[in-house]
Amino acid sequence: MKLSPKTAQKIAKTLIWSAALFVLVVLVAIILYILIKGLPMINWGFLTAIPRDMGRSGGISSTIVGTAMVTAVAIVIAVPLGIGTAFYLAEYTKEGMITRIIRFSADSLAGIPSIVYGLFGYIFFVIYLKMGWSVLSGGLTLSFMILPTMIRTSEEAIITVPNAYREASFSLGGTKWQTIIKTVFPSALRGIANGIILSIGRCIAETAAVALTAGAVLRMPTSLLSPTRTMAYHFYLLATEGISMENAYGTAALLIILIFFINVVVNAGVNKFMSKGK
Amino acid sequence: MKKFKEKLSGRIFFALALSSISALALITVFIIYKGAQTFIDVGFFKFIFGMSWSPGRDEFGIFPMIIGTVTVTLGAAAIGVPIGICCSIFLAEFAPSALQNIFRPAIQLLAGIPSVVYGFWGLLFVVPLIRNYLGGPGLSILAGAIILAIMILPTIITISEVSLISLPRHYKDGSLALGLTQWQTICSVQLPAAKSGIVAAVILGLGRAMGETMAVIMVLGNAVALPDSILAPVRTFTTNIGIEMGYASGEHQQALFATGIVLFVIIMMLNSLAQYITRRKAK
Amino acid sequence: MNVLYLKKAIIISLLILSICLLPSCRGAEDRVIAAGSTSVQPYAEILAEEFALAYPDTEIDIQGGGSAAGITAAQSGTAEIGMSSRALKDDEKGLWVVEIAKDGLAVIINPANAVSDLTLEQIRDIYTNDIVNWGEVDGSDAKIHIIAREEGSGTRSAFEDLVMGKDRLITPKAIIQGSNGTIRQLVAGDPNAIGFISLGLVDGTVKALRLGGVEASKENVISGSYKLFRPFLFLAEREPEGPAKQFIDFALSEEGQRILSNEGLIPE
Repeated sequence: MKLSPKTAQKIAKTLIWSAALFVLVVLVAIILYILIKGLPMINWGFLTAIPRDMGRSGGISSTIVGTAMVTAVAIVIAVPLGIGTAFYLAEYTKEGMITRIIRFSADSLAGIPSIVYGLFGYIFFVIYLKMGWSVLSGGLTLSFMILPTMIRTSEEAIITVPNAYREASFSLGGTKWQTIIKTVFPSALRGIANGIILSIGRCIAETAAVALTAGAVLRMPTSLLSPTRTMAYHFYLLATEGISMENAYGTAALLIILIFFINVVVNAGVNKFMSKGK
Repeated sequence: MKKFKEKLSGRIFFALALSSISALALITVFIIYKGAQTFIDVGFFKFIFGMSWSPGRDEFGIFPMIIGTVTVTLGAAAIGVPIGICCSIFLAEFAPSALQNIFRPAIQLLAGIPSVVYGFWGLLFVVPLIRNYLGGPGLSILAGAIILAIMILPTIITISEVSLISLPRHYKDGSLALGLTQWQTICSVQLPAAKSGIVAAVILGLGRAMGETMAVIMVLGNAVALPDSILAPVRTFTTNIGIEMGYASGEHQQALFATGIVLFVIIMMLNSLAQYITRRKAK
Repeated sequence: MNVLYLKKAIIISLLILSICLLPSCRGAEDRVIAAGSTSVQPYAEILAEEFALAYPDTEIDIQGGGSAAGITAAQSGTAEIGMSSRALKDDEKGLWVVEIAKDGLAVIINPANAVSDLTLEQIRDIYTNDIVNWGEVDGSDAKIHIIAREEGSGTRSAFEDLVMGKDRLITPKAIIQGSNGTIRQLVAGDPNAIGFISLGLVDGTVKALRLGGVEASKENVISGSYKLFRPFLFLAEREPEGPAKQFIDFALSEEGQRILSNEGLIPE
């Protein structure tokens, strides 16, 4: 039996709609489950109190600060490096062996599992460089992890800036540096900003790489050499060690809200703001 | 002054690029340096095809983990790829713009949820479902494949959608004008034209599935034996590193780095393949 | 956006960076890192919290990692105190070591399981995969789901020493989990599962097996009739001084021991 094109169209349409709805339902199921269980836990005290009794009671303030510090270190290091490298690749060199090697290694390393970065960070930063389990070790490890993505997204953004812009700038007597700063950079900013936002989200959500490098300590971190525990790892420990399901859900709910805020709200905001500016 | 600034800026960019490259090289060299000894001590074939992983007795064979990694990844692809491609077609062709505006951020959110949350959800929902309705301990290839299928959806959907909507408009218009239905157009014109992008999406999705650690540690069961069904627990490369790294020292640690090298090489091959396919198309 | 602006931005970011780095120059003499066994970790954390009340100037940081990592960390000096939940092996004997408590090892099953008493031999045969069905040990006819800890875990090594003996190995088919908590959670959800965890962590969601008629309890460990227990050790490269010694002394003090006992451990 051969289906008439019209029947096939109907069946396919139904299948495709149901696949899409299925994905939405799964997403809603995961998020609602965590939010329903976790939101009631979140209050001012939970956000501002230091965890007590292994996290069984008290809040999660030190893990929030720890996450922020580790992420900040990673971003402060990876963003300038990533953007600089991207500009070098896109504007300062000709296509050739070197650019291809850099691109290939960035692409390959972007796909390397975070656990491998954790492995590297643990032996190299924690043990070999004697930084110990610390905000610094964790942040450096994360910066290595997000660097390839930073390079590639920024480069992508720079390449898509039309050549006419550059030519216009040059023809007005602009030097290369002026062209980059005044013309290319502002036009590529939106793409670069999206890359940074995604990287922040990845740092916050990361567990495997920081578990081996930042430590598991619940005290409030006071310096870059303090050990700390990030929210994602705190959630993992609370949930798997069966310490406190309530606090685990609370932490997870906060993580999801944060990720939603960063990946969706801020990203949309940046896109809107940038496109208005044009 | 102007010239100096020009020179300086060039130098700075070069220095930044150089530091990035050295950082990337450092990781690669370091991991290989740390793990290479195992290939020498244990022997390449004994390491890859060895059936027994028992660091306490100096036995380092990762064959069961190769099988574990492959089955879980293929399982995730079998579930995730059709759904993902359907979703990308949905976004590119069927979705009303109101739904698009919900769907796109939803996919972004899906991509951002921490992997531990997926794992936890899998442990609470998927594992008991499998245990109660299909039998076995619940922690299984199937559970891992389901969780990973969800986790690779954003990669597959985003990349395939981009390759679908970047097709020239006249492909579609021409086909529709010939009286073909929308589905026929998708099947016989748009999907073939976007093939390379979609294949690249699938390959990158596979790489993502293979590299995932924390979510699968929680739902796979991590047994180091050859699985006899999809309801049996298995261990993958990543879970092997994740579960034992904290405890390892000496030869055991080297063997874990060697596991990392194997993973590294496989993922690099997958990425090169994806790049090759996309680039061949671009030419 | 002009050059001046960029310059300012660079200067500002450098300033921020140096402000961040500044506090890290501060000496950290009064900081003690204790790392190792995830089984000891929760108890050490409770001790550290109480210790902080008595000695607010000293910071005790507790890290996980596992017994083997704890021993390595103590040897290499990465941590002032290593924590182990198994006795030291011969090649590790050079370290300074003190036992802070004993911990019973409970073999646990789901409360819905009809079995409640097994001999050591039966448990061994289950873990070697020679007994595969609960029916063989007077339970209902169902396949046994074996759950064990990972290679390198002190709890696993203690179980291997005490139950498996020298030549018998835990089957590779066993499900491996990374912590006491996950094993408890899985056994609580699966009527056919068997696992082993710290006696102190047994709660209402799982059932601790009697061992040849002897109940798994603190009293029976103390009296010597329940054979499954292992030491919780603090160890160091050499005899500790200063804050590390203070902390260890606190753990061994009457108050420290009372805290550990309240949490389900067996005091010295």
